[in-house]
Amino acid sequence: MSGTLFEKVWALHRVGTLADGRDQLFVGLHLVHEVTSPQAFAALRERDIAVARPDRTFATVDHIVPTTDRHRPLRDDLAEEMLAALQANTAAAGIPLFDEQTHRQGIVHVIGPELGLTLPGMVICCGDSHTATHGAFGAIAFGIGTSQVRDVLATQTLAIEPLRVRRIWLEGELREGVFAKDVALHVIRTLGVHGGVGFAYEFAGPAVDAMDMEARMTLCNMSIEGGARVGYCNPDETTFAYLAGRPYAPSAGDWDAAVAWWRSVASDADATFDDEVRLDVSALAPVVTWGINPAQAVAVDESVPTKGTGAAIDEALAHMQLAGGAPILGTPVDVAFIGSCTNGRLSDLEAAAEVIRGRTVHPRVTAIVVPGSQQVDAAAREKGLDAVFRAAGFDWRLPGCSMCLGMNPDRLVGDQVCASSSNRNFKGRQGSPSGRTLLMSPAMVAAAAIAGAVVDVSATGGPT
Amino acid sequence: MSAGVSQVSGACVPIPGDDIDTDRIVPARFLRCVTFDALGDALFRDDRDRSGDTPHPLDDARYSEATIIVSGRNFGCGSSREHAPQAVVRAGFRAIIAESFAEIFAANSLAIGLVCAEVDASTREELFRRIAADPAIRVELDLAACRVRADGFEAPVRLPDAARIALLDGSFDPLTELLANHDAVARVAHALPYLAWTSR
Ligand code: SF4
Repeated sequence: MSGTLFEKVWALHRVGTLADGRDQLFVGLHLVHEVTSPQAFAALRERDIAVARPDRTFATVDHIVPTTDRHRPLRDDLAEEMLAALQANTAAAGIPLFDEQTHRQGIVHVIGPELGLTLPGMVICCGDSHTATHGAFGAIAFGIGTSQVRDVLATQTLAIEPLRVRRIWLEGELREGVFAKDVALHVIRTLGVHGGVGFAYEFAGPAVDAMDMEARMTLCNMSIEGGARVGYCNPDETTFAYLAGRPYAPSAGDWDAAVAWWRSVASDADATFDDEVRLDVSALAPVVTWGINPAQAVAVDESVPTKGTGAAIDEALAHMQLAGGAPILGTPVDVAFIGSCTNGRLSDLEAAAEVIRGRTVHPRVTAIVVPGSQQVDAAAREKGLDAVFRAAGFDWRLPGCSMCLGMNPDRLVGDQVCASSSNRNFKGRQGSPSGRTLLMSPAMVAAAAIAGAVVDVSATGGPT
Repeated sequence: MSAGVSQVSGACVPIPGDDIDTDRIVPARFLRCVTFDALGDALFRDDRDRSGDTPHPLDDARYSEATIIVSGRNFGCGSSREHAPQAVVRAGFRAIIAESFAEIFAANSLAIGLVCAEVDASTREELFRRIAADPAIRVELDLAACRVRADGFEAPVRLPDAARIALLDGSFDPLTELLANHDAVARVAHALPYLAWTSR
């Protein structure tokens, strides 16, 4: 069969057509966390329905966990209630929960891949919009709401309409100091925050082939910020090498068959796409957001738009307290946050550590590192990265979502400006209604932490 | 199956702007809950608290009877939190008319029977004009005919076919149908090689 990965994987998981015309789709892996699941479990209890496939369901706790003190009960009553509910719900259903004691806890989109739960050719769902992260492995992975979490728990299927596929062909070699995060922000600013609505994004081309798995995850992670619910890369040798030896990856006896099947689901050379966009990334500079959605971004050597060029621009400039037309370079920052499912993996922490080694955080800046998972934390410590960050004046925290969305105690205060490696710069996103977020790569965040302002990590090799 | 929704009519509240994200619709701190019950008050909380001297439309007495929200392009972008449409419903709204919707938001809304109807920019502008002239104007959303009507003004609205059918016949909550197909589900699962692979 010839086609795109999307078409092939969709067809393999399609159960049938529902009365209203939607497809019923089987879900190979369902990931669950504490925020979007309690109401779904409650709905099953109300109707006396059991969880259909606890063996294909895995849970973790990430959004609400504090990053300093995790003694139970958690100090925040509401957070404690949510964690307790997740523990009770998963225990009752026989769903594995990767909590702190397992040493596998972490952000749901970090632990799925690192445990080898995420595999090519799967349909993967989670009550979280950044589920597309798992698409880096050649899975169709997408975020769902709580009612659909209920449907998947009850039936391991859901009602959904297929998407069209846009191939985003990326050519050229990234310059030193330019990362997948910059590519993701570049794609979004090029196609707009709603440019991807109705599409799955297939990221392909030499620049994607050259990326390691963690970079591909960063790229797919931000698909939803461009409106695309699904983003994926075709599985290749890089994918297979990453998966080999992971705890839940196929064992040696199944490995060859698995690789053969994974190859078979990749998009064929003669596949046709509903749309195609080609971008050359070889001249790309680091990208920084200046506004209140991820498409409001400029290259670090550019200026923010001038006032009076559109209501959305004026609203964003006003919230960000930026003078229209000013260079983004030199914008002072108060907080530096390195973490999140976009950029909280080992390679992200390594890239940031390279920048700060032997340097000191600017006195005005509060800088924190929140590893994406307990395993990232352990691997980073083994390499001595925690010591590098601490010596520079960063706080090294326990894993979770943290300041990506401020559901735990880590929040901006007042109108602080945060250089952040996360994925959303919406008003109020980082926990303070007037807080201001500048999205950028982890290396750029590290450089901003040292300089106390936005600097170009690619030009200077880091601040001096 | 729930009762179908063939039309929604009532007063409207205009919420101007494009790309209104779910962090604005329900700020993250209100997600610290295990039920959706108390979310009505969280709707647009930060925008409302920070609106200054001119009240946010949701706190504007002229729109206090509204059951329909009218807004711009890409409404509900951002996170997958169903808390957003849940808050809209719990605050007393039954439909949203916008130039377009983010996909997950539209799916979440459909699952709970909240109507998301798309209109052209010109229709949205006309509705804004008419609501400004008469905040109590009754707007009628006719899902069978795919039309919006307001005091003599009439224009087409768009909904994905499946969503429209599901709303009309009350099958927008698909769980019963999904459960009924367990044999077909088992066949699909059986054919997926990865479910049989053992891990190390
Ligand atoms: S790190 Fe941020 S974007 Fe990722 S799952 Fe957590 S809250 Fe969502």
